[in-house]
Amino acid sequence: MNKTAETSWNGVFILAEQFAGRVLPVSFELLRRGRELADTCGTTLSAMIFGHEICRDGLQELIDCGADRVVATEAAELEHFLVEPYAACMLDVVEQYHPDIILAAATTTGRTLMPYVAVKLHAGLTADCTELAIEADSGNLLQIRPAIGGNILATIKTPDHRPQMATVRPHSTRPAERVDGRSGEIVCQAAPADRLAGRVEHLEFIADDSPHHLEDADVVVVVGRGIKKGENVSVGAELAEALDAALGASREVVDRGWLTYPHQIGLSGKTVTPRLYVGLGVSGSIQHLAGMQTSETIVAVNTDADAQIFQVADIGIVGDLFEIAPALTAALRQVKQDNSTTK
Amino acid sequence: MRLVVPIKQVPETDNVKMDAETGTMVREGVEAIINPLDLYAIELALAIREDHGGEVIALSMGPAQASTALREAVAMGCDSAVLLSDRAFAGSDTWATGYALQAAVRKLGDVDLVICGERATDGETGQVGPGIAAFLDWPVATYVCRLEALADGRARVRRLVEGGWQVVDVQLPAVLTVVKEVSTPRLPTLRGKLRAKAEDLPVWGAADLDVEGDKLGLNGSPTRVVKIERPKVARECRKLVATDESTTAAAIEAVVEFLQQRELL
Repeated sequence: MNKTAETSWNGVFILAEQFAGRVLPVSFELLRRGRELADTCGTTLSAMIFGHEICRDGLQELIDCGADRVVATEAAELEHFLVEPYAACMLDVVEQYHPDIILAAATTTGRTLMPYVAVKLHAGLTADCTELAIEADSGNLLQIRPAIGGNILATIKTPDHRPQMATVRPHSTRPAERVDGRSGEIVCQAAPADRLAGRVEHLEFIADDSPHHLEDADVVVVVGRGIKKGENVSVGAELAEALDAALGASREVVDRGWLTYPHQIGLSGKTVTPRLYVGLGVSGSIQHLAGMQTSETIVAVNTDADAQIFQVADIGIVGDLFEIAPALTAALRQVKQDNSTTK
Repeated sequence: MRLVVPIKQVPETDNVKMDAETGTMVREGVEAIINPLDLYAIELALAIREDHGGEVIALSMGPAQASTALREAVAMGCDSAVLLSDRAFAGSDTWATGYALQAAVRKLGDVDLVICGERATDGETGQVGPGIAAFLDWPVATYVCRLEALADGRARVRRLVEGGWQVVDVQLPAVLTVVKEVSTPRLPTLRGKLRAKAEDLPVWGAADLDVEGDKLGLNGSPTRVVKIERPKVARECRKLVATDESTTAAAIEAVVEFLQQRELL
């Protein structure tokens, strides 16, 4: 909507996410971002959440970790993410509170709901931000995001429309910590029944039973074309196990059928920002780098000393991964064992 | 079935070179291609047409050169293609792009499905697909990795989401955005290429669409790019060379120590 004098747009809102009634960790990363912005603007931070029978302790935890207010809209129809009822409820919250800024995580939910709602509001929306700030004189939200495979950083703002909306790359900041003695208001409201009708029906959720999922793993081990054969995926899998990590793959590995598509990292796969990324035989094509270069620490193993991956790595070993990876796995298992005996 | 596939022409990212001095993209000699994820959308649409009959229309917004991408889509098997091209569309952000594309979908009329690639490899926003759905007030399913059934005016699709897959049933008309796993794109055939060359591509401007001028292009775009910079490369890779048993052992020791220092173990 156009920023007009009649409406005053105020406060920072984050979209907290839940699954099966439990507040998801990514919500706390948004609280950290939102708290910083709210403090800079001298305004309040609210968390909105949509679901069914959301755990009350989880709502309190949002307060404990930085929210001044939690607005929880509940209905049986909101148990699973469906864009139409979620969008209707989010528009209701915007109508009630007129937030100046809305942040959501760049998850499959955030990246579906936010553009849908932004269109309805004629609001500006920036995708997948890695940094956010407030412009000193105007008070506008500066939204900073990588583009063109991470080759540029673009700063985007929304001068004349409100609310200012952005999705934020998961893991691009740490979750907010609990602060003792914080208090805030928890508003639980039933979703307006007439807004819940949708033309999409949830039929089933099929859980991926692998122990770690790429999107929320702290540590990711990735195999590239350098593993040479499908059966050699085990070299990466063993290192992943030793590091308690999720297993990812470059596009070549998935195209050859050595691992399935949900493992793919890069422009045509997933974007990850783990604390630790370890690449085995990953050359580092521009598409791959786009999906992982904001990882906190990057370790690479490759036979080619000029491989692109070394340009974004913190530490790398030039050599044969079939020698190095098993030795590294053994060394890490030893460290793990030492750690557990000293504890 | 009447299917529309909005596609985007993007630079071939395999060959993106950045000018180290200016921090801008070197466009010379960089080939423009159909956004790779859009190929999966085209293929899914063609497969649906093969099973259910109907037609597939490729749609793109951009300068006159974007017709190359549309001809490629026709060469793959799309029945026809429409280019939206007008100075009035220049400077569109995702909001204004969605607005123009949905107006074209309305003009085409009687569309059952709009199928988009999940995002484009240059802008990487993934916002236009859900945006088109919101403008049309149609349901949308994003991150679709499999079409499970299509019958009785409904599509059952599987969405690839965090921690697993969500299966949903979507009432048509609807918008789907798809990921790579949904299909294996076919190559253009020689016959298709010849047809694409001969095909008369309609070009629609703002005047051909039922649109409000102040919602188009830069004027209709709520967002503004205020700065483009080259990311600081803060990392300086410490490269260890492992050629034999002892250098391998030393390298591994160094890596483990490094990870310990960073409190990652």
